[in-house]
Amino acid sequence: MKIGVVTFPGTLDDRDAARAVRIAGAEAVSLWHADADLKKVDAVVLPGGFSYGDYLRCGAIAAQAPVMKEIIKKANQGLPVLGICNGFQVLVESHLLPGGLIRNSDQHFICRDQGLRVENTSTAWTNQFELNQEITIPLKNGEGGYIATAAELERLEGEGLVTFRYIGGNPNGSMNDIAGLRNERGNVVGLMPHPEHAVEPGFGPDTSSAMRSGVDGLLFFKSVLHSLVNA
Amino acid sequence: MALFKKKSVPSGVDTTTNAAETPDKHQPWKELGLKEDEYARIREILGRRPTSAELAMYSVMWSEHCSYKSSKIYLRQFGEKVTDEMKTNLMVGMGENAGVVDIGEGWAVTFKVESHNHPSYIEPFQGAATGVGGIVRDILTMGARPIAVMDQLRFGAVENPDTARVVHGVVSGISFYGNCLGLPNIGGETVFDRVYQGNPLVNALSVGALRHEDLKLAKASNPGDRVILFGARTGADGIGGVSVLASETFDSAGPSRRPAVQVGDPFAEKVLIECCLELYKADVVAGIQDLGGAGLSCATSELASNGNAGMRVQLQKVLKRDESLTPEEILMSESQERMMAIVPKKSLKKFIAIVEKWEVEYSDLGEVIEEPRLYINWGDEEIVNVPPRTVAHDGPVYERPVAFPAYQDGLNADSVHSRGLYRANDNSTDLAAQLWQIVTSPNQASKSWITDQYDHYVGGNTALAMPDDSGMVRVSEESGLGISIATDANGRFCQLDPYQGAKLALAEAYRNVAVGGAKPMAVTNCLNFGSPENPEVMWQFKQATAGLADGCLELGIPVTGGNVSFYNQTGDVAIHPTPVVGVLGVIDDVARRIPSGWQDEGNNIYLLGTTKDELDGSVWSEVIHDHLGGRPPVVDLAHEAALADLLHGAAQQGLLASAHDLSEAGLAQALVESVLRFNMGARVWINEISERDNVDRTCALFSESTGRVIVSVGREDDVKFVGLCEARGIPVLRIGVTDNSGELEIQDLATFPLEDLRNGFKATIPALFG
Repeated sequence: MKIGVVTFPGTLDDRDAARAVRIAGAEAVSLWHADADLKKVDAVVLPGGFSYGDYLRCGAIAAQAPVMKEIIKKANQGLPVLGICNGFQVLVESHLLPGGLIRNSDQHFICRDQGLRVENTSTAWTNQFELNQEITIPLKNGEGGYIATAAELERLEGEGLVTFRYIGGNPNGSMNDIAGLRNERGNVVGLMPHPEHAVEPGFGPDTSSAMRSGVDGLLFFKSVLHSLVNA
Repeated sequence: MALFKKKSVPSGVDTTTNAAETPDKHQPWKELGLKEDEYARIREILGRRPTSAELAMYSVMWSEHCSYKSSKIYLRQFGEKVTDEMKTNLMVGMGENAGVVDIGEGWAVTFKVESHNHPSYIEPFQGAATGVGGIVRDILTMGARPIAVMDQLRFGAVENPDTARVVHGVVSGISFYGNCLGLPNIGGETVFDRVYQGNPLVNALSVGALRHEDLKLAKASNPGDRVILFGARTGADGIGGVSVLASETFDSAGPSRRPAVQVGDPFAEKVLIECCLELYKADVVAGIQDLGGAGLSCATSELASNGNAGMRVQLQKVLKRDESLTPEEILMSESQERMMAIVPKKSLKKFIAIVEKWEVEYSDLGEVIEEPRLYINWGDEEIVNVPPRTVAHDGPVYERPVAFPAYQDGLNADSVHSRGLYRANDNSTDLAAQLWQIVTSPNQASKSWITDQYDHYVGGNTALAMPDDSGMVRVSEESGLGISIATDANGRFCQLDPYQGAKLALAEAYRNVAVGGAKPMAVTNCLNFGSPENPEVMWQFKQATAGLADGCLELGIPVTGGNVSFYNQTGDVAIHPTPVVGVLGVIDDVARRIPSGWQDEGNNIYLLGTTKDELDGSVWSEVIHDHLGGRPPVVDLAHEAALADLLHGAAQQGLLASAHDLSEAGLAQALVESVLRFNMGARVWINEISERDNVDRTCALFSESTGRVIVSVGREDDVKFVGLCEARGIPVLRIGVTDNSGELEIQDLATFPLEDLRNGFKATIPALFG
């Protein structure tokens, strides 16, 4: 299985996302923002960072990159796409997911181990989780406050599109504690926290058993492999 | 090219011909920070008066910040007080942009800490942001991929209304720039003290990793190679920043100097990092230098001087943000995110393809020449014609007057004992209250409000980070080979005794690296002092550098580089001498690192080392009694080395469940941090410390005696561990056991529920600045 990891200028967590893909057992293929060629990958990860400096609006310029035109087209045909942090912002700016992301409510960048509840397991990226499983993965962003109109929120909740919700405190003022979403089809998932930073013992969040041993993020990547194998 | 054709239009620029013809023209050398004899020396070197462009270059390159003219004679000892053995792993020593250390398996690391103090007071956000940007480019220049940053901060008193302005600006500046660069922030220091009120210290450290063969040096030596400026465009920011800001003491009546501070664009720097790494990989640069302090003046003269060659540069080719910039301003501009590469002609095409891929702008300014002379033209007119060495390396060297401070004997005599300061020893209620007051005081309380604003995950290699004693990063994903860094400085100790204070900083950083399980290898420093024109400050500097050099020799680890920041004073009042010492450690496999807190119940807690009555200059004397006087703790570096060896050996055998250094606020602070790290309670007794070491309870809890560590050991490893300590002659005393009680119980003193401790420990900083 080949999973593409996109690098925009200003992308930061691309090497981390590629490592996560490898640890999960797939081949990571690096995709370049200016290149519309998806190199026949089976799924795509839009990693975190500050694409194009996040000037204008987070993810807004990246959403217009040549590689995104192709990703949007393929995503609408069912290609699994995971947007992490800045990647989530790109997905929202690309209208692959609804709503928007604004500055954290306390105005500060925040980096911490964050509790999440997995509220939907019918997606390409969450099918290996238990429904309502509580997981811990790192959160690190300055603009992670999720917003949507009242009507949109109602639809998201009604259709079960909310995939992750913050637990143990809402870190950034996100409406309805929303941490991540899926699209109707379930192939596109976006979230603010970083599963790729919780895939390798020794370098993830602390757990009750040992320092930095949390690997809850690995199931995102195992999920997509599972869905591809069973597709 | 349009600019190039603008021949013979009277530009008004001061040419070398003009300079030769008008020897008596008045020049603003004084305003540019030069002394009369320095100006005379420039005229002597050139055999004429300098052009205004040359004057700009010399003035900025001969400033204290760039030339180290007051510190040079003392910094030499870092290169002299070394044994051959200490140099074994040193690939590049002092004098380059950063030192490079061989860490094995074909890997090397380069690390350095630098000050950005003055800009960060004037414009805290941009000052701190560009401080991070500058040090990261220094690391990049060596051919390394930057892999982490740290910062060492000193602010004024928390109750002063101006402190919040500086804290907010500096912390968000570091957060903004560092996070956007994608470099994990793995640790640092934050200290509040009124002595830093008008002179906050913002030191930034970066570390990078490279394969041995990728090492790059800042030199231009092959005639015909092209001189390429690339990265951001040159603007009016930071003009004269170095000479005007860093080399003058703040005058409270002076005008605002805001425009002299540089403005940072971390996105441009991130792209520049990736672009440079691709250039290195393609092997298309023969030499490279970042543009930091003194901008183009520094890059051109240093590259040529280092390569024993010269350069011919067309200054009109510099890409500008503002077309109205004069040649002098272009030479002095400190616009950020710029690099200068020396590119062999045959590699130029490949070079251009890579910078264009990253959409980085570049301009081909000229060529390297054999004659050791730097020629800079503005169109057809020659505006600089100088021997580059005289600009870059042969600047003035001063042996400033040194005087033993008039206040020193009085300060040393005014000890905790002579004052008879109250010790709560037998009054458990008071003693427990003191403990609480200390661990919730601004300097001892949790700094997570600050550090939670920094990304410590990016890169996926962070093995230890704040609040651990050191920051540790994996370098090789194959073997687990990694490095760790700790930095320390105690300005209060240094005020009492700068020689001893510098050694104490070294000992603490060394110990902090050791408790993480790494082997200390090399040292960097950032020496923050008052005005070198004050003989008493110069005495402090002389003592501190001697202490550090002697300490490094004793420990057998070399200084690989550093930075000096003088003029940290407001009016006549200097800061406490603050030599920040950074120690780099190496660990074969980061999987063997030692946590800083307790994770498992039922482990025995041991105190290694002995406790003396050493409360002068301590946190206890500061927080409880607002007192500073007496003599700092004694340092025994042979013991520190033995202790580090023991920890390293025990870590290799997997005997240690945790290890935590004892320093500020002594055992009390270490116990609180150890229980809170993973929320594991403990029952501790301190009476045996008092009995064995003949000290009172105040000392047992708060003394800052050096060479001490608390470790926790699983019961199954007990005998082995104690045997190891005894065999190596390290005093070891069992002082407690970890448990699931949810409390820290200090027997016969008090019991603190962890929740209360956590709330108190975490609440202080947000309450002040949140």
